[in-house]
Amino acid sequence: MSAVFLVLSAFLASAVEMVEALTIVLAAGITRGWRSSLTGLAAAIVALAAIVAALGPALTVVPLKDLRLVVGGLLLAFGLQWLRKAILRSAGLKALHDEDALFAEELAAAQGAEHVERAGLDWYGFTLAFKGVLLEGLEVAFIVLTFGSTQGSIPLAAAGAAGAVVLVAGVGVAVRAPLARVPENTMKFAVGVMLTTFGIFWSAEGAGANWPGDDASLPGVLGFVILVSAAYVGLLRNRRLVTA
Amino acid sequence: MRKFGRFWWDFVVGDDWVGAAGVVVAIGATAALVAAHVAAWWLLPLAVVLLLYVTLRRAAA
Repeated sequence: MSAVFLVLSAFLASAVEMVEALTIVLAAGITRGWRSSLTGLAAAIVALAAIVAALGPALTVVPLKDLRLVVGGLLLAFGLQWLRKAILRSAGLKALHDEDALFAEELAAAQGAEHVERAGLDWYGFTLAFKGVLLEGLEVAFIVLTFGSTQGSIPLAAAGAAGAVVLVAGVGVAVRAPLARVPENTMKFAVGVMLTTFGIFWSAEGAGANWPGDDASLPGVLGFVILVSAAYVGLLRNRRLVTA
Repeated sequence: MRKFGRFWWDFVVGDDWVGAAGVVVAIGATAALVAAHVAAWWLLPLAVVLLLYVTLRRAAA
């Protein structure tokens, strides 16, 4: 069960971030040339792989209890951010992420930028794609490393993330447009729920608490987080939380 | 260095520090209950309910 959650969490988080990265790479490619954009993309992927490869083995030597305490706390803080924003979006109190608007914004900025050539590449196009993919990818690297090391399988988490990269890149190449129809908020909601669930579970274990039924209580925590989130969406939609 | 720190702050703490501070307090309270030999698994789920309530109210205000 934990392995399924692990792969699913890494896959969903990676898919959400890669949809955003794809928008930036497309904008850079269309306006500044595909060579610079794709070189920036490749350089960012190499940098992210190096970060995972360098930090992964280092994390495996940390005692599991300490790792779960720190990682659980980080995931819980990080997950609550995702969850809060997803709840606000679902309740209509925060704008949904609009890939088409972001794409138009990036296109306009890239079209207006000065042409500077370095190492045979359009430097703006290269850095735009590199920074976009690196920054979006860092969150994925964080999730892969923390989930993977705490569950004892970084390769499994990396496989989930890689699956999403291949899927989003494949669809992106096929349609050559921002993936505006992807249910991004639903995916972000799911990632927020997963991060919060694992954050609660691991940080409690790291602090020395014992879960009733050990790992078997994980689906119960997941169900609890889903129910609480749905309740808050309902309360916010009815404006009860605002006026309470 | 400042940008690096800013990046990590935005990454983990985000736009509402109350959530992150609450997580630290809740984990500390869980460890304190465990040290006092009290079953403490229930505390973090309860903390999440409260922290979401507080941060959602702040965001929706």
